[in-house]
Amino acid sequence: MRNKTTVILLLVCIALLAFTANNYFLITQNDVTLKIPKGFPKPYYKFKNNTLSPEVFVLGRKLFYDPILSKDSTISCASCHQRIAAFAHFDHPLSHGINGLIGKRNVPALQNLIWQDTYMWDGGVNNLEVQPINPLTNPVEMNESLEHVIEKLRLNEMYAAEFKIAFNDTAITSERILKALAQFTGLMISADSRYDRYIDGKDTFSTSEKNGLALFRKKCASCHEEPLFTDNSYRNNGLKPDPSLNDKGRGAITGLEFDEYKFKVPSLRNIERSYPYMHDGRFRKLKDVLDHYSSPGNFAPNTAREMYEIGKLSEPDKKDIIAFLLTLTDNTFLYDRRFIDPFMQ
Amino acid sequence: MKIIVTTILSMATLLVAMSFTGKPTGEGKLTIAFDHYVDDKVLQFDSVLYKNELGQSFTVTKFKYYIGNICLKKTTGNKETTDYYLINEEEPATKTISVGNIPEGEYTGIEFILGVDSIHNCSGAQSGALDPVNAMFWAWNTGYIFLKLEGKSPVSKSPGNIFEFHIGGYKQPNNCIRTVSLNFERPLIISTSAIRELHLKVNVAEILKTPTSIDLSTLSSVTDFHNATTIADNYMDMFSVLSIKQ
Ligand code: HEC
Ligand code: HEC
Repeated sequence: MRNKTTVILLLVCIALLAFTANNYFLITQNDVTLKIPKGFPKPYYKFKNNTLSPEVFVLGRKLFYDPILSKDSTISCASCHQRIAAFAHFDHPLSHGINGLIGKRNVPALQNLIWQDTYMWDGGVNNLEVQPINPLTNPVEMNESLEHVIEKLRLNEMYAAEFKIAFNDTAITSERILKALAQFTGLMISADSRYDRYIDGKDTFSTSEKNGLALFRKKCASCHEEPLFTDNSYRNNGLKPDPSLNDKGRGAITGLEFDEYKFKVPSLRNIERSYPYMHDGRFRKLKDVLDHYSSPGNFAPNTAREMYEIGKLSEPDKKDIIAFLLTLTDNTFLYDRRFIDPFMQ
Repeated sequence: MKIIVTTILSMATLLVAMSFTGKPTGEGKLTIAFDHYVDDKVLQFDSVLYKNELGQSFTVTKFKYYIGNICLKKTTGNKETTDYYLINEEEPATKTISVGNIPEGEYTGIEFILGVDSIHNCSGAQSGALDPVNAMFWAWNTGYIFLKLEGKSPVSKSPGNIFEFHIGGYKQPNNCIRTVSLNFERPLIISTSAIRELHLKVNVAEILKTPTSIDLSTLSSVTDFHNATTIADNYMDMFSVLSIKQ
């Protein structure tokens, strides 16, 4: 009798396990409901004319991880945007594309994108939906044409079915591809780091972290504004232009001399993971960044005024600021099951 | 008794009259043909040599542009539309567009923009004429290319003697959207009984002149905001009314 109950219990347990494993990766309506984190402002991208749905999100995720989007089917969005690096490129100063070609900029982290009013280091892209046309058609990234991507997807049976599930008919258009990708990248929200929980009164900071936050608020927050850690502006933070790239940043977009060598203030969330740093990936360590920030003598011409207000940072100050920056690592986001490669599930 | 009869009668006439005036007027349809010329010659690709104001010869290999926000003007109540059309010499079907649901009446002119307004430049992924697969879209500095004119000229210093004018930009100071306003000599009468045909002459030569005469030996490539508004000021007056069939 006892044996029988144990067997039954065991069977129930196995069934339950199998069931949850199957459901672990299932995307539900709740998974794609936009929840604005406490303290965050209104987003710029509101999923207008792109109603969030589990099916479209799942399609967007598949497209993000599928090398079918590149000319020789070797590079996917995720080749450059790796989840464990907060969707930046781990340890690569300049992006690596098709045939090993090197791009001219460092891959930024993808997070809280819907709160950005523009995209790219120079802010050249004005809407999240049209951003992917850049890597898709860039000869040193994926080197594809939109027409050809559409053609390849149309010939692929899996996608014919996926588009039908997502949009109720089988039409595969650039608009649908781009909107599906925007659902996937738009929901990459990081708002559950130790910093967030500290602000919410749910976690504590060490003395060093507390001091780091205080220093940060005094010296850095005028550009890296909380809670997004960017004010979405373009600034010159003192980096001397690399003559081999001569990247004029914002100036190449607006044509104004006033904007030359300015770059978008990046968010600092998950900064521990998204190294190397800056638009050209010139710094490998946070320590290198802080050494730069505290050497006004080395700043480039036309450096932003606020940069000179930072002044010299003592070594303990640098340590504390770094200790604080490490509290911005958000494991809830980095290990979110919704963003895991569907081809590995 | 008499009073009652007159009241009923007058009320009946009033009702009849009301049913006439209150009835929505009929609606008609207009087709607009964009007839491409180089001065007084019909545009032909590749083989035909044309000359600009400076006497520099050139051929044309590509010509396409966006038209939108068409407005037909009437003394009372204009007919406004919000659609966009990509007119492409290479695809004859795109060179005639049709505007429906136009209230009956006498129209005195037409207005439209050459380009894409700022809202549609910022609206993300779109379909139809505004689908980025139409190769009229800049990805790196988001925005539609409003007009593409490409060709060859022996004086051009670009590789292969080509010239290419890709004009776009919706933000100041590089705004290349131009409003075109044309008056009809005689009113265009829209009625339910027939489809009207408006033919516009589009003179490619105007892109290279007035106000600025383009020297193809020094300016053979415009593919971003540099020099873009110069070309835009030129293309603004490339349209004129050729004929109205009614
Ligand atoms: C070859 C590497 C590479 C590939 C492949 C790639 N990207 Fe990127 N991505 C970059 C780089 C580099 C930037 C920054 C570009 C710049 O500033 O000019 C970037 C920027 C972005 C941004 C803007 C981020 C911001 O904060 O402004 C988004 C969104 C993005 N990529 C999404 C995608 C999607 C979706 C795909 C797949 C269709 C993709 N990327 C494929 C390298 C890549
Ligand atoms: C004047 C505005 C401004 C101030 C003040 C400022 N930053 Fe920055 N920060 C920027 C800009 C702009 C960039 C990107 C520059 C580039 O890549 O060309 C940047 C980049 C960074 C990066 C690299 C991010 C990445 O993803 O590559 C870190 C880390 C950083 N800042 C930390 C700090 C710290 C810490 C402080 C205070 C000591 C600070 N910043 C103060 C504007 C500022």
